[in-house]
Amino acid sequence: MLQHTLVESGETQARPAGWSGVAADLSSDQRAFKNVSWGKAMMWIFLLSDTFIFSCFLIAYMTARMSTTVPWPIPSEVFALTISGTRLPLILIAIMTFVLISSSGTMALAVNFGYRRNRAATAALLVLTAMLGAAFVGMQAFEWTKLIHEGVRPWSNPWGAEQFGSTFFMITGFHGTHVTFGVIFLLIVARKVWRGDFDQERRGFFTSRKGNYESVEIMGLYWHFVDLVWVFIFAFFYLW
Amino acid sequence: MAHAVAQQHPIRLYLVVWGLLFVLSTCSYLVDYFDLEGMLRYGLILLFMMLKAGLIVAVFMHMAWERLALVYAILVPVGAVLVFIGIMAFEADYTFLTRLTFFQSASASGTSP
Repeated sequence: MLQHTLVESGETQARPAGWSGVAADLSSDQRAFKNVSWGKAMMWIFLLSDTFIFSCFLIAYMTARMSTTVPWPIPSEVFALTISGTRLPLILIAIMTFVLISSSGTMALAVNFGYRRNRAATAALLVLTAMLGAAFVGMQAFEWTKLIHEGVRPWSNPWGAEQFGSTFFMITGFHGTHVTFGVIFLLIVARKVWRGDFDQERRGFFTSRKGNYESVEIMGLYWHFVDLVWVFIFAFFYLW
Repeated sequence: MAHAVAQQHPIRLYLVVWGLLFVLSTCSYLVDYFDLEGMLRYGLILLFMMLKAGLIVAVFMHMAWERLALVYAILVPVGAVLVFIGIMAFEADYTFLTRLTFFQSASASGTSP
């Protein structure tokens, strides 16, 4: 098989360290990313393109906020919640951040248990990750509802610069969509793990590739990326 | 695939990083809670953000153990984003100044902008 020859040429050659190793890998007439399966390499390249998309949204937000002569609404006050009499700034966003970081932790553990071929623990951790992700989306829906009731629209809001609404809905909406799709894929992978697809090397319905626990790691790359994007949204949109 | 090297690391490492991410998130929330201002605020926000992003990419996404060719293929293009940020910050500053000039001259001559 073609794949087999690639494996052999890819694995046996020693490479120099540092930049000369990079040049040797990329300039040779063979597979560039050794000991990385194409599935993982493709996920990384997809995540790079997604990085550019989210970067463009955040840069557009920066441009709008820097160039407006109208004061920008203060996020600390806009996203404050009153809980049992005390007004806490940004509290819902902080809880959402902790929920998403927790889900990243359970995802990392799921990958680890997957490579240990612990089927039950991997499936349980994946389902837990999906539940935390769904909780995040739920809280985001609550936040959107609250802001819409307070009169925030993509074209206006009661507190200041009009661009606040459009950037808020665009950036958090796109991120929430990513989380939602992540939850769906987590449940699909969890089902495959639970059924034993990766232990029996059952072929996938779409790609016909043999099942492998690396799928859990590739799923994890996507999920950690969603958490990573939230780190930047949290810093630039909510805290700045 | 037999040739893919499995990323197998001690669970303790993941738990430590998980804990660190919680601590860093709490720190960045406290920046807002205590209402820090000026360069201290922005510096701390950026510091905690970069530390969190670095931990997620390096440990959770296993970038620290990937081959250098893959690491550079993914991380170097992100540098283009930094250039883009620089260009757009410059542009936004210019737009802001022209708007100030325009609105001032409009209000001085008595016509609505």
